[in-house]
Amino acid sequence: MLRRTIPIIILSATGTMLVVAYFSPFTLSWGETVLDWFNILAAVAFVLGAGNLLAVNLEKVSSRKAGWAYAAITLLSFAAMFIFGIFKVGAVPNPSAPDVHLAGAYEGLPSAFGWMYEYVLSPLTATMFAMLAFYVASAAFRAFRAKNVEAILLLGTAFIILLGRTAAATLLTGWIPVDSAFAVLRLDNVTTAVTEHVSTAGMRAITIGIALGVAATSLRLLLGIDRSYLSKG
Amino acid sequence: MSAHSSSDSNNSASGDSSNAQASRWIWIALFAVGAIGLACNMFLRQDGLAIRHVEITSAERVQARVVIGAGADSLAKPAQLTSDAAPLAIAAKIWVEPQDPRFATGEITRVDGVAPVIWETQKLLTRKEAAANEALQTHGDGKPAVVGANELATAAPDMQISFADTFGVWIAAFLTLAIFSFLYRDNPIYKVAESLLVGVSAAYWMVNGFWTTLVPNLFAKIAPDLVRAYAIPGLGVSEHPQQDMVLAFVPLTLGFMLLWRLAPKGGWISVWPLAFIIGTTAGLKLVASIEADLIAQAAATMKPLVAYASTTDSSGNAVRAVSVWSSIGSIVGIVGVLSVLVYFFFSIEHKGLTGKAARVGIWFLMITFGSAFGLTVMGRITLLAQRLEFLFYDWLNLS
Repeated sequence: MLRRTIPIIILSATGTMLVVAYFSPFTLSWGETVLDWFNILAAVAFVLGAGNLLAVNLEKVSSRKAGWAYAAITLLSFAAMFIFGIFKVGAVPNPSAPDVHLAGAYEGLPSAFGWMYEYVLSPLTATMFAMLAFYVASAAFRAFRAKNVEAILLLGTAFIILLGRTAAATLLTGWIPVDSAFAVLRLDNVTTAVTEHVSTAGMRAITIGIALGVAATSLRLLLGIDRSYLSKG
Repeated sequence: MSAHSSSDSNNSASGDSSNAQASRWIWIALFAVGAIGLACNMFLRQDGLAIRHVEITSAERVQARVVIGAGADSLAKPAQLTSDAAPLAIAAKIWVEPQDPRFATGEITRVDGVAPVIWETQKLLTRKEAAANEALQTHGDGKPAVVGANELATAAPDMQISFADTFGVWIAAFLTLAIFSFLYRDNPIYKVAESLLVGVSAAYWMVNGFWTTLVPNLFAKIAPDLVRAYAIPGLGVSEHPQQDMVLAFVPLTLGFMLLWRLAPKGGWISVWPLAFIIGTTAGLKLVASIEADLIAQAAATMKPLVAYASTTDSSGNAVRAVSVWSSIGSIVGIVGVLSVLVYFFFSIEHKGLTGKAARVGIWFLMITFGSAFGLTVMGRITLLAQRLEFLFYDWLNLS
């Protein structure tokens, strides 16, 4: 009862309430309340994640496992960022209430939290993603082989898009007059045509497929047919 | 046989050792070249130290009391009383600038015994702005200074070196290089940067969730006076505070139940809030995906196969003519969507006409994936260019 029936009732009731709230103006405020609760729980989930991170890393440090020094760095950086943010260290006061310290903005550069974001988190995240350029190029070089029609289409389109979005497009096909009948052959025009018509069609069909899948899965959950989440306890 | 394998393992061990030695020398050479280059840049070039400047402006607020009756709307529209946007819903005392014109009109009076609050705000300056300000300060004769082609204002703002930001640029440069060092191989410097990223980003999202969701949506309903006194002075007064408080205990309880996952026993308790989260997501997605993805995308596909465009004839009259390329685009779009959907339809065997349509669908998908791949690579390269710009321009000043 407590482990299976009540969770199923909670799931069906909240989901159905949100669906009904969409169609009925009388239950609109119920839906808004449920959404508020959902946002609160999502914020609590961050606390849960942080708790997990602390537990794993503290265990590593206390048992001196391999790489415990890195775990210590994670813990220290977490603690520093957390304290800076929660206590709004160095925050500029709120002009409407300068006597209330915690009313100031915790983000932005003069604050310690803002400094950590600007000079630690932001460069690290951007560089991590930037580095993927090398790995994507490397993987493409190893995996792309024009051995059949499908592979040629994939490779050719990627090549055209890469050329068309750079100065190479002007360099290679810039000599074709814009108002001539052959203007469609200019690489920038070919790129636009491919993205606007062909790949949009493909993406549209994928989106429709995903939408049908999401709707079916949601219905299975709301009707209590899919109960796989119950095993997570 | 065993002698052979033993010699193999010896060879492999000596190979590993020579590799490690080569790696060490590569690192030493890299650091040496980097350090020499950096030292030359720092001491031989102007602005090589990546020094950052900030413009300082000071702000002051004094506490004032609203004179009831002087301004009829004073308490009805408290947001207008403050010089800034945050409303003070129940404040009879407000913080204003010392030069606020309402002191003169008698709408507000200074509260005695409360010291004014003074603080400084800093604006980070770009190199160009800092150079311009420096030129102004050097002139000091009130005449406009000229930096490059731009004539600048006469008054030199209060500018000073920001050690925090200068140090920040160096830290950011070090961390950028630390992450890039992984391109050579996994190494301790990269691992330090990676560990920092994990800790800092976890705390960032947690703090964000705390201040943007938990405080205004949960704590403000459970203890509004406390939140108003210590965190959100502009918090409005609810019409149904008791009801809000009771309702707020529902997510609070569910939140505690969710955190129960961290406890060694009774993990099943967290299934209740999990069911709530999944139910909410399912309810939202069911409607949103049908409306925004299914219906909207299907509607966008259904375009006229023959497209017309407005143009002018030789005598200058507006006429409608068939637009060949737009028509082809529409036909390609419809054929693409239908053929890919046929390919996704696995309930019937892909044979005959269905098989041919599905094959066309695969071609469309391949072009879509190729396009997505190209755009992703472009996006990543843009990010890479930004990081390199930061290193070369912002840090090393090699522009």
